[in-house]
Amino acid sequence: MNRKNINTKWENVINITNLTVYYQNVCALSNVNLTVRDKEFLGIIGPNGGGKSTLLKAILGLISPSSGKVEVYGTPPAKAQGIMGYVPQFTRFHRDFPITVEETVLMGRLSGKTPIFHKYSKKDMDIAHSLMNKLEIYQLRKRQIGQLSGGQLQRTLIARALAVEPKILVLDEPTASLDAESKSHIYSILDELNEDMTIIMVTHDMSAISSHVHTIACLNRELHYHGHPELSEETIHKLYGCPIDLIAHGLPHRVLKEHGSNGGNNLV
Amino acid sequence: MFDSLFQYQFLQNAVISAILASIACGIIGTIIIEKRLVMMSGGIAHTAFGGIGFGYFLGIEPIIGALFITICAALGIATIKRKTTMNTDIPIGIFWAAGMSLGILFIALTPGYPPDMTTYLFGDILTVSRDNLFIISLLDAVVILAVAALYHPLKAYLFDEEFSTVIGINTTFIEYLLFILVALTVVVVIHVIGIILIMALLTAPPAIAKLFTNNLKKLMFLSSLLGIFFTLTGLWISYTLNIPSGAAIALFISLVYGIVYIIKLLAERRTRRSI
Repeated sequence: MNRKNINTKWENVINITNLTVYYQNVCALSNVNLTVRDKEFLGIIGPNGGGKSTLLKAILGLISPSSGKVEVYGTPPAKAQGIMGYVPQFTRFHRDFPITVEETVLMGRLSGKTPIFHKYSKKDMDIAHSLMNKLEIYQLRKRQIGQLSGGQLQRTLIARALAVEPKILVLDEPTASLDAESKSHIYSILDELNEDMTIIMVTHDMSAISSHVHTIACLNRELHYHGHPELSEETIHKLYGCPIDLIAHGLPHRVLKEHGSNGGNNLV
Repeated sequence: MFDSLFQYQFLQNAVISAILASIACGIIGTIIIEKRLVMMSGGIAHTAFGGIGFGYFLGIEPIIGALFITICAALGIATIKRKTTMNTDIPIGIFWAAGMSLGILFIALTPGYPPDMTTYLFGDILTVSRDNLFIISLLDAVVILAVAALYHPLKAYLFDEEFSTVIGINTTFIEYLLFILVALTVVVVIHVIGIILIMALLTAPPAIAKLFTNNLKKLMFLSSLLGIFFTLTGLWISYTLNIPSGAAIALFISLVYGIVYIIKLLAERRTRRSI
C-alpha cells in the first residue's frame, strides 16, 4: 500500500502553542503543542473525555483557550471563517428537524456576510448539486434528513462542509456507528478529498488510523504523541491505561503489538 | 355572532387580535419546538406577569410594563444560557416563580383597589382595546419581519448552532434576537389567551402541523393557520356558551390536539401491523 510521505516543505496551516483549556475547574487540555501541515491527514485519538472534542472545538474557534493560542493560517480561528468545513457527529442531531438533504447542503453556502432577506443564488445551487452528485446523495435531495441512513446523513454533512469550499476539513468521529460498507465509503471519499485539502479527524476507528491517516495525535488531556501512525506500546499504555485490541486489515504493519501469550509478534 | 361582528367594535378587535396572535404564535411556536425552547418560553411568559404588575405600579399601560420586563427576562435567560454550562431549567424555574411573585408584589404595593388580574392570567379577548390592537400589530410586524429577514441564518442556527458559528453566522445575535421575539410574542398573546394558557397556542399548532409537512416555512404558515382556526373557533364557543375566552380557546386546542394524537397513534399501529 502506498502511504503518502509527509513532505516537510508543506507549510503549517494550523499552529497550536501551549493550549490549555479549563471547563470551570476541570482541565480538559493541558499545554498542547501541535502543528498541522498543508494537505496532512491528521487523526486524533484518545480515550473518552481525553479532550479530543475540546481540541477540535478550539481549532474551530467554538471555545476560547484558557491559555495558549490556536492559529489557523496565521489568524485566530474565529476570524478564519470559510477556511474550515466542519462535520459534526451526526448522532447528536435531532433527526426530526424539518430540513431536506438539499437545504442542509445549501446551508454551507451561508456566511457572516449573508445579507438579510437572502435567497440562494444559481451558483449556490450549482455547487450544492455538484457536491450532492459527488457524494451520491443527489437522488435523496428532497428527503427529510430523518429518512436517511447513518451513512447517507454523514455524506450529507460532508457535502454541507464542502459547500463552504474550505481548505481544511474537520470531522468529529465520522464513522462512529456506521456499518463496514458505509465506513469504507466515507474513507474513500476522505482519501480523495485529501488530495486537495487538509483533513483533521477525531476517531475511535483504529483500522482507519493505520490505513488512511498520515499522522496521529494521541490525546489524553496532554498530547502524548504526534507523528507517524505507528504507536509504541508505551504510548498506548500512557494513553488508554491498558493495552487495547487493534485490528490491522491486511496492512504492511500493525499499529500495535499483539497483546497475549504468543510473544508479541508485531508484524502481519 | 356574525351579525354582532359587524356591529360591535370589541368583537372586531377580538377577531383581529386573535388572528395576529395566531400568526406570531405559529412562527415562534414552530421555532421554540424545533429548538427545544418550550420551557424557556414558559419562563419568559410568566415573567410577563411581573411586568403587568410593574405597569400598574407605575401607572402606565400594563402591556408596556409586560413588554419591558419580558424583554429583560429574555435577555437575562439568554445570557445565563450562553455564559454558563448550568442546566438552564433551574434559572428558568426561578425566573418563572420570581416573575409571578413580582407581579403580586407590585399589585400589593399599588395604592387603591387591586385590579382584576385574571384578564392577564387567562386572557380576555373581548377586552382588547384600540390601543392594545395598535401595540399588538406593531409587535406582530416586528416578529414576522425579523424571521423573514433572517430566515436562512435562523434556520441554520436552529438546526446546527456549532456549524453556523464555524461558517461565521453571528449565532449570539440570532439567539438574543430569538429570545426577544419570544418575549414580543408573549406580549402579543397575553390578551388573547393569557400568560398561563399561552403554552397551548405556542406548542399545539406546530405539533399538529408537523404531521403534514417537513418544511420549516410551510410549518410556520400551517401553524399560523391552525392557530387562527383554534382561536376563532374558541372565541365563537366562548361567545355562544358565555364562558371565558382564554379557557375556551385553550381547551379547544387541547381537545383537537388530543384527537389528532390518538388518530396518529392508531394510524401508526395500523401501518406497523400491515408491515
